[in-house]
Amino acid sequence: MLLHTDTAPPLQPAANPYQPYMARIVRIQKMLDDTRVFTLRFLDESMVRSFRHRPGQFVMLSIPGTGEAPISISSSPTRPEILELCVRRAGRMTSSLFRLSTNDVVGVRGPYGNGFPVDDIRGNHLLLAAGGLGMAPLRSLLWYALDNRHLFDGVILMYGSRSPADMLFRDEMLSLAGRDDVNCMLTVDADPSGAWTGRIGHLPSLFDHVTLEPARTYAAVCGPPVVYRYVLERLLAAGFSKDRILMSLERRMKCGIGKCGHCSVGYKYTCLQGPIFTYWDAINLPEMI
Amino acid sequence: MKILKLPKDKLDYFASVVQQFGEVHAPVEQDGKYVFKRLTRWSEARLAYDRTILPPKKYFLPPKEPLLVYRPGEGYVAPAGDVQHRLVLFGVHACDVYALNILDLVFAGKYPDPYYQARRKNIAIIGIDCVPDGKCFCRSMRADFVDHGFDLFFCDIGGHYLTFVGSALGDDMVLATETLFETVSPADIDEYKRRSGAKHEAFQLDVEIRDLPEIFEMEYGSAIWDDLGAQCLSCGSCSAVCPTCYCFDMNDEAVLGSRAGTRSRNWDSCLFSTHALVAGGENFRESRSSRIKFRFYHKQRGFVAEYGRPSCVGCGRCITACPVDIDIVEVLAALRETRHAATH
Repeated sequence: MLLHTDTAPPLQPAANPYQPYMARIVRIQKMLDDTRVFTLRFLDESMVRSFRHRPGQFVMLSIPGTGEAPISISSSPTRPEILELCVRRAGRMTSSLFRLSTNDVVGVRGPYGNGFPVDDIRGNHLLLAAGGLGMAPLRSLLWYALDNRHLFDGVILMYGSRSPADMLFRDEMLSLAGRDDVNCMLTVDADPSGAWTGRIGHLPSLFDHVTLEPARTYAAVCGPPVVYRYVLERLLAAGFSKDRILMSLERRMKCGIGKCGHCSVGYKYTCLQGPIFTYWDAINLPEMI
Repeated sequence: MKILKLPKDKLDYFASVVQQFGEVHAPVEQDGKYVFKRLTRWSEARLAYDRTILPPKKYFLPPKEPLLVYRPGEGYVAPAGDVQHRLVLFGVHACDVYALNILDLVFAGKYPDPYYQARRKNIAIIGIDCVPDGKCFCRSMRADFVDHGFDLFFCDIGGHYLTFVGSALGDDMVLATETLFETVSPADIDEYKRRSGAKHEAFQLDVEIRDLPEIFEMEYGSAIWDDLGAQCLSCGSCSAVCPTCYCFDMNDEAVLGSRAGTRSRNWDSCLFSTHALVAGGENFRESRSSRIKFRFYHKQRGFVAEYGRPSCVGCGRCITACPVDIDIVEVLAALRETRHAATH
C-alpha cells in the first residue's frame, strides 16, 4: 500500500467551534455558601471587544483538567467587557470551579443558545419572575431592560427566595426597590432572622399585588420546578397567551452547538432552539418540563 | 451523472491504482462477520458481504477522538490529529453512504464540525451494490439508492460493474486508470434496470414510513414503550452499530503530575442512564422505557421534523446487535397495529 503523505496543516482554531478562549477570573463574589458569582475577562483584548451576547444565552465553561459545562450568563450585554456567571455548586465541574481563585484562568466558548426574544418584547411590558437560582439567567434580561429602559413599557420584577439570606444579588435587588422605573417586588418564604421588612410569602403570592396587562406583556420565568408550576398557573389565570410566557430550561449539554445529542428534547435541541422556550413550545415537546 | 463501466476482471488492477488516492480500507472477514479494516493485500477484501459490524461512521466520528489538548500557559489547542489522513473506503453499501449523507446534515449547520468535515473531505468512498437479506429494509427507508455522497459507485451488471462517478475525485480515479473504464451501451443500462428491479423485489422486510410521524404522535402513551423498557438492557449496542447515531460525550483526561490534559469525545448512547442527567441529580429520562422511546422518537419522528426524513436507513444492524432481540421493524409494526386496533 502506498501511504499518502500528510501535507495539510492542522485545524485552524478560528474555524473550530470546540475551541475555548482563555479568560481570567477577575472577581469572585460569595452570594451564599454554595453560590458564587465569577466575573471573567478574556485574556485576549480582541475577544474582550468582540464577544457579544444576548440576554438569556449561555457559555460553555472549561476548567482545565476537569471538563466543560454550560453556564448561563448573568451579566447584561449592555455592560460589556466582562462576563458574570452566577454558579451554584452542584456537581463535579462546579465543585472544581469553587476551588479556583481570583487570577486563575478558565476557558470560555460561546455565546450559545437563542436568548430572550428582545426584539419581540420591545414596546411591551416586561414581567420577570424568578425563584431562587432562577435569577441567574434572568438577571441578564433585567439589566438589559433597565439599561434600555426606553425600549420597554412597564418593567416588573418578581423575585422570591427562601429567606433574606438566600436572596441572590441582595444589595442590587434592594437598590432596585428605590427606583421608580421598575416595579421591584421581592418576597421571602420565611424570615428566621426577623430583620426582613419586606413581603413574606411564596413567589406566586406577588401576583395578588399587581395589575397586569397580559395582551401587552411578555413574562420571563425561571426557577425550580415548583416555581414553574405555580407561576405558570398564575400567568394563565391572568390571561397570558402561552407564547408570551418565556422560560429558560436546563438540560445536560456536552457540545453546546447542536451535535452531541444530550440536550435534545422532543424535536429540538435546547442548545440551539433554546434554552429560552415559550410555554407553548414547552407543553408541545415531550419531556420538556 | 457520469456513468461508465468497469470489466469485472479489471477490478484488481483498479484497486491497485486506487492506492495512490489513500490508504485502502474495505470489508474483511472476521469470525464469520465483516469489518471495515485496512487491507494488507487486496485479496483480503470481501465485496460480497451482508453488513459490517460497525458502519463506516467509525472513520468519520471515531469511537474516541481527541478534540483539544490543554497545556498550561497555552490554553486549549487542536492536537496534530489524523483528520487530514487520506483513506479510500472500498465497498460501502448504499444505506451506509446514505447514512453519511444524514450525518453530513448534523455535522454541518450553524456550527460546522471541523473534525468530521475534514475527514469527510479526506476519505474517499467507493460504493458497491448489494443483495438484501432478511434484516435489510433500506428500500422502505428510501436509502437503497444514493445519488451523492460517494466518489464512485459500482453496480454488478454481469461481466461489468456499472460505475456512477459521483465526484471530481472519483473522476480522477477513473482517469488515473487511463483506459480501464468503458462507455456504457443501452443494453448495459437495460441490464442495470433489470437487476435493480429484481433487487427491489427481493426485500423481505417492509416498513411504511409515510405516516410514521402521525403514528408516533398518536402512540406516545402506548403501553408498547413500557414493554420495551422492561425488555431493553440499556446496553447501547444499537447506538454503537447504528450508522446515524451520533451522540457523543466529551471528557477531559489529565496527565498525571501535570496540569496538562486532553479533551476527547466518545460515542455515547441515549439509552445510557446518564444521558439526560444534569448537575444536582435531576434526570429527564430516568426510566428505561423513556430512554428507548426517546431513541425511537428521535430517529423516526424528531429527525423528520428537523430534516424532513427519518434518520434510520434500514441497514438492519440494530436488529442483529440487540442481545434481547428488540427488532425495530417489529416495533414499528406493533405501533401501527395498536393504532389500528384503537380505531376499529
